[in-house]
Amino acid sequence: MTTDALTLEGLRYEVDGRLILDIPEFRVPTSGMLAILGPNGAGKSTLLRVLAGLSRPPVGTLRFHDAGGGAMAGDAAVSALRLRAAFVFQNPYLWSGSVRRNLELGLRFRKVEAADLGRRVDAIIEQLGLGPVVDREAGTLSGGEAQRVALARALVLDPEVLFLDEPSSNLDAEAHAALREDLDRVARARAGAIVLATHDRPDAFYLADHIAVLRDGRVVQHGSPNELFENPVDPFIAGITGAELSIRGSVMSVNRELLSIEVMGALLVAVGQAAPGDSVKIAYRPEDLFLSSTALAGGSARNRFQARVVEVRSLGALVRVRLAGPDELVAVVTRAAAAELEISEGADIWVQVKATALHAFAV
Amino acid sequence: MNPFAEALQLLTSGDPYVMAIVVRSLAISGSALVLATAVGLPIGALIGLSRFRLRIPAIAIVNTGLALPPVVAGLAVYLLLSRSGPLGNLELLFTPVAMGIAQVALAGPYIAAVTLAALEGLPPDIGLQARGLGATRLQAALLQLREVRTSLVAAIAAGFGAIISEVGAAMIVGGNILGETRVMTTTIVLETRRGNFGVAIALGVILLVIALAVNVVLAGLGTRARRPVLS
Repeated sequence: MTTDALTLEGLRYEVDGRLILDIPEFRVPTSGMLAILGPNGAGKSTLLRVLAGLSRPPVGTLRFHDAGGGAMAGDAAVSALRLRAAFVFQNPYLWSGSVRRNLELGLRFRKVEAADLGRRVDAIIEQLGLGPVVDREAGTLSGGEAQRVALARALVLDPEVLFLDEPSSNLDAEAHAALREDLDRVARARAGAIVLATHDRPDAFYLADHIAVLRDGRVVQHGSPNELFENPVDPFIAGITGAELSIRGSVMSVNRELLSIEVMGALLVAVGQAAPGDSVKIAYRPEDLFLSSTALAGGSARNRFQARVVEVRSLGALVRVRLAGPDELVAVVTRAAAAELEISEGADIWVQVKATALHAFAV
Repeated sequence: MNPFAEALQLLTSGDPYVMAIVVRSLAISGSALVLATAVGLPIGALIGLSRFRLRIPAIAIVNTGLALPPVVAGLAVYLLLSRSGPLGNLELLFTPVAMGIAQVALAGPYIAAVTLAALEGLPPDIGLQARGLGATRLQAALLQLREVRTSLVAAIAAGFGAIISEVGAAMIVGGNILGETRVMTTTIVLETRRGNFGVAIALGVILLVIALAVNVVLAGLGTRARRPVLS
């Protein structure tokens, strides 16, 4: 039995001669959450609609493998998905009437019997804590409440595939956090496969079991959050996983995957695929830079150098430190560490970073 | 007798001449409204909910119908039904049916245009959102029409107000024949010319009451209108 709920083959989608999507193959596992991560305009929403059968690409085949082991392609897959999948839109429209009416709507489309319908609606109200708003007119809800109702309206259908299109993009921080919790707790329990289109990196890395990174209509990298985090295939992926890309240098020598890179007179050791003489960008995460007031001996870090503190900015619990070292660098430390190290603008400080925390990309 | 006192007497006594005209007016305009709704609403819905090659010209035609002067509608129907016209052999000219056809031509585009405008005012992906919950295309369309039902009822009410109070088309294609095609508006014109102001005033008052009733309905619908929920 296949482990994929959906497969998409040979997808090519153009609108007015402009390429929107070009994806030779795309798979959605039967369970867990797959995040389609990418910047605005990458084609995430279009891909999501194609996968859901709501948009028909001129070229490409959609296949749906239902929970009963049936396999359908093309029109049959679209028909089957209509009653077995559910879609939550970025700007959900709540239909006129009460919240309860909205929750019942999809079940009515599926011709669910009244007794079962009432039981399922009551269950989702309980699970998502919608009791206080269930009898309210849908038009009176706040943005956060409306998005939760939209999620509940989809989850009450117990869909084999749940599609979520930027569900948190219009929410304030509090509502965003609550929705993330609902997605992690309730959506995972009630839906089979979940496909989340988002540009929100923390959401994708927090929620997803797999991430497909989309750029200009193409899947650039597909893997687990850890794989993307540890082995980004290019600077774009590194950037999307939160890496800084401020260091530039030139490869002096290569020893297996370790590169010796000259950066403004200093020598750094990094991992990556490049040849001697290549110009490279080095990606690193600010939290991987270890700061100390003295040059620490020992340890596994291959890179040690002194830098000058240029700027200190509070991020709340953390402190962002901009440094002038071999190149411009950014480190993030806790408030306690910043106080202990007496970090202040103009101070000199030692920086240590492992070679494996520096990813070099030829440019 | 003072014409106002005469009008009051006609109204309170339920004068058979006046009442027969009122009933005939309501019957003709009511029937025309049902037909105009049956034609205009699906046309407006079809244009509003579909995307097809000639959609823009179709919208322009429907909106042009909004500005159709009643006398022009009457003239067109007259030419259609006159003895030398393409439908002259049906011998419908100067009958209530001819008046109804003219009123359908007036109210139909109005209802179609308001239906279309109301649907255009909904969020663009609303049909897709319904389908994302499992609706068929028909269910999605009906759901959208339900969302704009307030506008639709208002359009129908306003359409009724327009055709029951128009005189040009009714006069041209009806001929104001006593007991046949004489309705409130044509009677007001006739009785005013004759100097029978009491009858004209009585019918004028009834028309005003009907207009008031229509506006009360519209105002009631207006207060019930809700905003679409878009977070």
